[in-house]
Amino acid sequence: MSHFFTSSVGKKFILSITGIFLMLFLIVHLSVNSLLMVGSDAFNSAAHFMTTNTVVQILEPILALGFLVHIIFSAYITWQNQRLRPVRYKRINRWGSTTWPSRNMFILGGLILIFLVIHLSNFWWQVKFGELDQVEAHGAMVHDLYALVASLFIEKWWYDVLYILGALFLGLHLSHGFWAAFQSLGWSNDLWRRRLKRVAYAFAVIMGVGFASIPVYFLVTAA
Amino acid sequence: MKVNLKIWRQPDAQSKGQFVDYHLDDINPEMSFLEMLDALNKKLIEQGEDPVAFEHDCREGICGSCGLFINGRPHGPEREVATCQLHMRSFSDGETIVVEPWRAKPFPVIKDLIVDRSAFDKILNAGGFVSVDTGSAPEANTPAVKKLNAEKAFDAGVCIGCGACVAACKNSSASLFVAAKISQLALLPQGKPEAKKRARNMVAKMHELGFGSCTSTEACEVECPKSISLEHIARMNREYLNASFAEEEE
Repeated sequence: MSHFFTSSVGKKFILSITGIFLMLFLIVHLSVNSLLMVGSDAFNSAAHFMTTNTVVQILEPILALGFLVHIIFSAYITWQNQRLRPVRYKRINRWGSTTWPSRNMFILGGLILIFLVIHLSNFWWQVKFGELDQVEAHGAMVHDLYALVASLFIEKWWYDVLYILGALFLGLHLSHGFWAAFQSLGWSNDLWRRRLKRVAYAFAVIMGVGFASIPVYFLVTAA
Repeated sequence: MKVNLKIWRQPDAQSKGQFVDYHLDDINPEMSFLEMLDALNKKLIEQGEDPVAFEHDCREGICGSCGLFINGRPHGPEREVATCQLHMRSFSDGETIVVEPWRAKPFPVIKDLIVDRSAFDKILNAGGFVSVDTGSAPEANTPAVKKLNAEKAFDAGVCIGCGACVAACKNSSASLFVAAKISQLALLPQGKPEAKKRARNMVAKMHELGFGSCTSTEACEVECPKSISLEHIARMNREYLNASFAEEEE
């Protein structure tokens, strides 16, 4: 194990494991978000559960750690890889051999990170440290997170654009990251690569369209 | 046909190189790319200039010496061929062709288009071999090998070590080369005794020599003249993770 964390395969193992963990989180996140389209009571109750449940409270710092490790390791690996071709090619043609997301995972990740910071300040920060209105949902008093989401998306159009772009970048990142994570873990062969790619594209579309549909929903219903 | 060439010229490892333009008029489309370079060199020698240094040996796609980065792709625009199997008919009349050496930190330029690929030999020395049996050869069918494994080992074994995978990779990763060697031996009974040690040592050596990590862009698989599959990289990862997590005291 001595060289594990410095070896190229070991570092990709860390990226893959954290990546899969973050993808599981995305499934939970989108599931809760989809309740926004059901109604304010359903969403506020779910949000209340997510902010008070003990298991979720334990998972929250682990999730933050997952993000941190994924970001730091990818930055470290990219920085190392960048230095391995001191003289660049004059002409390079990669269109026929690779996909754009596969070559730009770090850039997509960086864009998602910028989005993430804005997104956390919009909602997570407000829930933790902001002054949210109390409202009754299913017989209990809970924070009115629904109103916060609705006001953001209905009153400030640029946030709609930003969130749709964030969903797009996430979808592109996942279209490669999903199957590549399994490849890096060694869980792939010619047969399974074809299968995993199909699942990856489906997962990327579900996540991308799913998250983008929320600002679109508020814009459409407000209009 | 006529061709315009932009060729990387670099007198030695220490000097700074540059692109030099050449023009050739009488090129037969049926010539191989290397024969075209031969024609250029003949002209240069006749003019008293230094001929372009490029590596070549078998000229039938099995030795792996003739790697050139042509018009932005290792071994040029065609699939499943080495540079020597590329023909001038793959280019259009009057086309400008950019010819560069492999670019990777572990592959320093020796002269012009020739790079030092001895890093590959160092990786092989780290574990790309099997225990030598003493005594008489076993009967051919005694060690049972699944047909699929035999075929996959062969698919990996066709690697000619040309370095196109490194040249094509945005990270200059040697993963496909190392994976082909690890995979070939891991699939056969002869390779079992050293399987774990091999995976650990070859992967460590690859990193030590300055090759990057695999981002699964699949460029190597597309550019490999022998079409070696990414499946072997998955197997290498499996072998390495298995060797790391199930390490035994020796």
